[in-house]
Amino acid sequence: QKAETEMSAVRLNRAGDTAFAKVEKVSSELFSLTYGAVVMQVIKDYEEVDATNAQLEKMGYNIGVRLVDEFLAKAQVSACQSFQDTAEVIAKVGFKMFLGVNAEVVKTTGDEFTLQLSDNPLAEFVELPEQYAKLEYSGMLCGVLRGALEMVQMRVTCTLVRDVLWGDDVTEIRVVLQEMLNEEYHDDED
Amino acid sequence: MPSLLSLYINNKAGGLIFHRDFSSAAAKLDINEHLTLASTFNGLAMIMRQLSPVPGSSGMELLEADSFVLQSFDTVTGLKFFVTAEPESKHLDAVLKDVYMLYSDYVLKNPFYELDMPIHCERFIQKLMKLADDYNKRG
Repeated sequence: QKAETEMSAVRLNRAGDTAFAKVEKVSSELFSLTYGAVVMQVIKDYEEVDATNAQLEKMGYNIGVRLVDEFLAKAQVSACQSFQDTAEVIAKVGFKMFLGVNAEVVKTTGDEFTLQLSDNPLAEFVELPEQYAKLEYSGMLCGVLRGALEMVQMRVTCTLVRDVLWGDDVTEIRVVLQEMLNEEYHDDED
Repeated sequence: MPSLLSLYINNKAGGLIFHRDFSSAAAKLDINEHLTLASTFNGLAMIMRQLSPVPGSSGMELLEADSFVLQSFDTVTGLKFFVTAEPESKHLDAVLKDVYMLYSDYVLKNPFYELDMPIHCERFIQKLMKLADDYNKRG
């Protein structure tokens, strides 16, 4: 049983590396700067932290719904058999392909998992000032996950639970499955 | 080399969002006929999956008729890509996967494109015509 899981972790890592090699790259500094500019503008526009957090998450959602098809088209992964499979695929292949970083899946139960990032290109050079201590700077990532998973029939909540910007050791996103969305064919007469 | 005839893309609701002919031999239909046929195909594909004698079978992938073949591909996100081609055409599944990749780049990454709406992205069409051209030359 353990050998099987290790094998599939190897396979996923390889799929992640392959997918990452296939996609075009851009300077990570440019990426960090661009993301920083987005966050600063949203703060300016929405003025307070909660509204900013909500807006960043929403922007992430709009990215996620578009990103997932690219992931499915380009990464060589087979259908996930369980929510835990989904977690591993996101961590080993998804994060690798789009952010070039490795994520770990920790604290899993049947309907929940946590993604742990030791490296976060979005927030490379960021330090949060006192008045923005509650800012979910990388909240966009939560939105991306939520949007992407919704397109494959899973309604989830994603929350930034730990962040190096808040003084934690690692950045963690908690993903909780709320509902499987099953579209069924209904007769017109119903 | 047998050539591609037409490509259709249906959105999650089963409505046609894209259609392109690659050959003068493609069926000559007007826009409403295309719309109706594409939606009908969605319904048929669903029925075929339910009628399959093999439990847990995937949806309809390949249809071979005397005068054409039709290959269909469903994405996990609910889109349907299907292509018609002259008989004896091979590797249509690879063609559809390539079209899916083009869609994920040139349609989805265009922020002005609204999801599930008809596709009018010029660069997508250009890349697609090149893909079809390459296929028709090589087969």
